[in-house]
Amino acid sequence: MQMTGAKILMECLLEQHVDTIFGYPGGTILNVYDELYSYEEDGRIRHILTAHEQGACHAADGYARATGKVGVCFATSGPGCTNLVTGIATAYMDSAPIVCITCNVGTSLLGKDSFQEVDITGVTMPITKCNYLVRDVNKLADTVREAFAIARSGRPGPVLIDIPKNVTAEKADYEPLRRSQHASNGNLAALMARSSQNFKAPEPDHADIDKLVEMIAASKKPFVICGGGVVRARAHEELCKLVNLIDAPAAVTVMGAGGLQGRDRHVTGMIGMHGSQASNMAVDACDLLIAIGCRFSDRVALKPSTFAQNAKIVQIDIDRSEINKNVQTHHHIVGDAKRVLELLLEKAAPKQNDEWMKYVFSFKTETEYDEATDHLTPQQVLSSIARILPQDTIVATDVGQHQMWAIQHFHFDYPGQLLTSGGFGTMGFGLGAAIGAQAAFPDKCVLHVTGDGCFRMNCHELATEQYYNLPIINVVFNNGVLGMVRQWQTLIYNKRYASTMLDRSPDFVKLAEAYGLSGKRVTNVEELEAALHEALECGHGYVIDCVIDMDEKVRPMVGGGSHITDFMLNS
Amino acid sequence: MINIERKTLAVLVDNEAGVLSQVTRLFSRKGYNIESIAVGPTEGANTSRMTIEIMATRAATELLCNQLRKLFPVHSVCILSDEAIRRELVFIKVGAATAEARSEVVQIANIFRANIIDVSTGSMTLTVIGEESKVEAIHRLLQKATVLEMVRAGSVALERGDNTINDETKEKGEFNYGKNVL
Repeated sequence: MQMTGAKILMECLLEQHVDTIFGYPGGTILNVYDELYSYEEDGRIRHILTAHEQGACHAADGYARATGKVGVCFATSGPGCTNLVTGIATAYMDSAPIVCITCNVGTSLLGKDSFQEVDITGVTMPITKCNYLVRDVNKLADTVREAFAIARSGRPGPVLIDIPKNVTAEKADYEPLRRSQHASNGNLAALMARSSQNFKAPEPDHADIDKLVEMIAASKKPFVICGGGVVRARAHEELCKLVNLIDAPAAVTVMGAGGLQGRDRHVTGMIGMHGSQASNMAVDACDLLIAIGCRFSDRVALKPSTFAQNAKIVQIDIDRSEINKNVQTHHHIVGDAKRVLELLLEKAAPKQNDEWMKYVFSFKTETEYDEATDHLTPQQVLSSIARILPQDTIVATDVGQHQMWAIQHFHFDYPGQLLTSGGFGTMGFGLGAAIGAQAAFPDKCVLHVTGDGCFRMNCHELATEQYYNLPIINVVFNNGVLGMVRQWQTLIYNKRYASTMLDRSPDFVKLAEAYGLSGKRVTNVEELEAALHEALECGHGYVIDCVIDMDEKVRPMVGGGSHITDFMLNS
Repeated sequence: MINIERKTLAVLVDNEAGVLSQVTRLFSRKGYNIESIAVGPTEGANTSRMTIEIMATRAATELLCNQLRKLFPVHSVCILSDEAIRRELVFIKVGAATAEARSEVVQIANIFRANIIDVSTGSMTLTVIGEESKVEAIHRLLQKATVLEMVRAGSVALERGDNTINDETKEKGEFNYGKNVL
């Protein structure tokens, strides 16, 4: 069937069961939006217009993390697509599957510094798994199919497709193809034949599994790190069974939150720079470290040379280029976390490590923060939230102190419950991600935890929240400073607070009202809890501005590059 | 002990626009300077082969190979052994205005089996094919005369024996990669 490139694109998105697109139109992507108009009209696809392309990209990312499906966003050429760049890098660092579709100037204008022209495939080369400039409309369908397959397979990640405007108008033959048949057709088939490990996780080597089983049997102090790979593979049930079977304490990284039931008696809390005492002491003392889907980032393995120095380190990862990248390991298994854990569960023998468990849990798994009666503390805010909001609330955070407090405090139960920018540390990620999650799960409670600095970076998305009636609850930890940076200045820079005072914030309640939402400024627990109840009941977006002290700190803290038990701030 | 040495990588890639920059950017992103690179089409349709030399440790080179294998246009990557055949084509233009100077250049050229491919009143141009050490040696000797210009094509290399880069598929790379040593 002959149809335009724009229509082929829309049909290809339907092949991928895409139901929601986040985006922002512009000159070169007009043909696509014109086509989208009819697809929206009969309800086949929903488009969410954000206030800024960055918000669209974060929303697609949040959608992808919450659902496990591929998130999709649209942007126009030039500034439209460069506005996606931060969002793409965020998704890349946290391995979130998104497909960004951008349009460029027509092929006759390419390379002539035309209006709103930029070489976006060049710009995004180091932050995408793969990107394409589609110059021939006959290759469009094939390219879109390949892009989605790449985004979601193996170690997931962002893919960008750039389509010159004339290609969206030109016509080509389009044959519908069910998604299950994509892998055996077109360029994708050829690509898979020659590099299947990019698409399929390699089947774990059974001899390697056996070796790990032996190592587990021989170890007296096993310790597990649950990383983001467990969340991406949705291997939470298998991991839970394993830690209970071999009776091993387990720490959770920021990206791994939700990969293990937060209330499991084996969970020692977060690990690394702001890790719990129990986690950091355990990783230092263990004799076998099993890291699953964890890339030993510098926030976890602060000092690679002494990390888990008494242990045999075993790394399980789907991406072989992660093996031995940051920390030298003794044994590794390349494979999908879920598959590896299934095999381990078949073979591993039950164990009891009472003494070791007792030792690890003699340290604190949670930070005991000071109580106060005269002012609101971050802990009170989080406790009230945990008490009042449903347990399955999806939590999106921005980056900084509030992020660490929230992850330390909440017990995440399932993958996709926490949406946070762990690798790239993108301020302003939270609201966009919350929009994506709420769009995917209209009936779930979505909480956006943010700070006053982060919130100002993308608060214009409140307009999106209002227009699409997304009842996201925004809780702002308002301390009037860039809290995490100030914490570093206090501890490391001799209290020279260079440019971290944010004594110029707008009135967030008025801001919420200006966007047609409600808000409340709270200074004590009673006001906060009343506001939370109101937020739950009002049925639309809500901003709670929590006034907290500027010198609250995230504890414990280990300095960057220090040995993991050299606590700078203790709990 | 950190043992940094010259490593030669052979990379088989799709012969498409943008692939060269994708591959070379990976090196700069990971902090490696490419000492030499030579690219050209191969016996197969639509593929190019790159021969890339870097200074790195064995472990770092292996990590780099794994990063390279992740790129979709890359078919296979291998680290060539020390015994592999390496050759480089070099043109050297030397100033030689007198008969005496010319005869000296001719002598040096003969010793190194270099060919003289151009002569003018003031200069001679030699072409040499050889390994790194040979190129350096002739360059050193010719510096007595005036070297006006020199251009090097970059090393190309091929493993000796029956092995080819096609044996080194990504699948196999996966299988061989740093087998567990515990």
